[in-house]
Amino acid sequence: MINKAFSFCLSLALLLISVLANAQQQNTEKGPVNEFFRSNDKIYVIVGVLVIIFIGIVLFMIRLDRKIGKLEEREKNNP
Amino acid sequence: MARHWWKALAILLLIYVIIAGFTVKIPIIGTNGQSSRGLFFHVPMWICMYTMFTISIVNSLLYLSKYDLKKDVIASSAAGVGTFFGVLGFATGTLWATYTWGGTLTDDPKQMCTAIAILIYMAYLVLRMSIHDLDKRARISAVFNVFAFALLIPLTYIIPRMVDSLHPGSASTPGFASKDTDGTMKTVLYPAFIGWTLLSVWIFTLVVRYKKLQLKNIFK
Repeated sequence: MINKAFSFCLSLALLLISVLANAQQQNTEKGPVNEFFRSNDKIYVIVGVLVIIFIGIVLFMIRLDRKIGKLEEREKNNP
Repeated sequence: MARHWWKALAILLLIYVIIAGFTVKIPIIGTNGQSSRGLFFHVPMWICMYTMFTISIVNSLLYLSKYDLKKDVIASSAAGVGTFFGVLGFATGTLWATYTWGGTLTDDPKQMCTAIAILIYMAYLVLRMSIHDLDKRARISAVFNVFAFALLIPLTYIIPRMVDSLHPGSASTPGFASKDTDGTMKTVLYPAFIGWTLLSVWIFTLVVRYKKLQLKNIFK
């Protein structure tokens, strides 16, 4: 239980650090990634948005899958 | 099948939203370019979050009046799914902001305040993990949930309206909201709200079913 809470807090902290680290750079920079997202009237920003949502839902499903697997294991051992 | 019609509706609406979201004609304003289409994917995340947090607070209050553990299961599942959609909304918002506002984490009040609101709900989830006794956990977290919701509304609705915000429409009053969004965008935006909300309710029911199975020895 403690382990779970700890890993949760750690991942939260990592997320915050990565966001803050990104905030340092002002976004007028060149570079392949920035050029790509600005090309075609910035439509790839929205593709990126959809990819983020899809990855989020998939990660959620994987987590639920594992939890249900553990529950099945428990049911098998003491029905 | 009759019970699952709304899941089919969610899928059909989302297919429509994804196709029409990329093809409908939208007004090109300022530096937004085509990225205004993010309206159909970023904003519904917040609608899902508010729906889930409303379900959560209602069930927390019901728990506090009857002390029925099933209500606590519903409240905690809704808060978890709501936080998940909040994180998705925040992540999509930061990507969008990077290429339109010139910074990933800007000093926009709405962005800052929602970050705080999501952190408060994450504190709710961590609080739940730290208490082992079921009744004590349910009672303490229900009270915390009331505080969390009481902070969510001023943080995300009231403060961003009182100061200048980079979010479009944030500075105007809700009475003129119908003038803020172009008519053709609304034909996709409202189905998007319904579709994504139904998807979030679907995910939420899955979590509730899982948790009820997990605690079936107690509910028996």
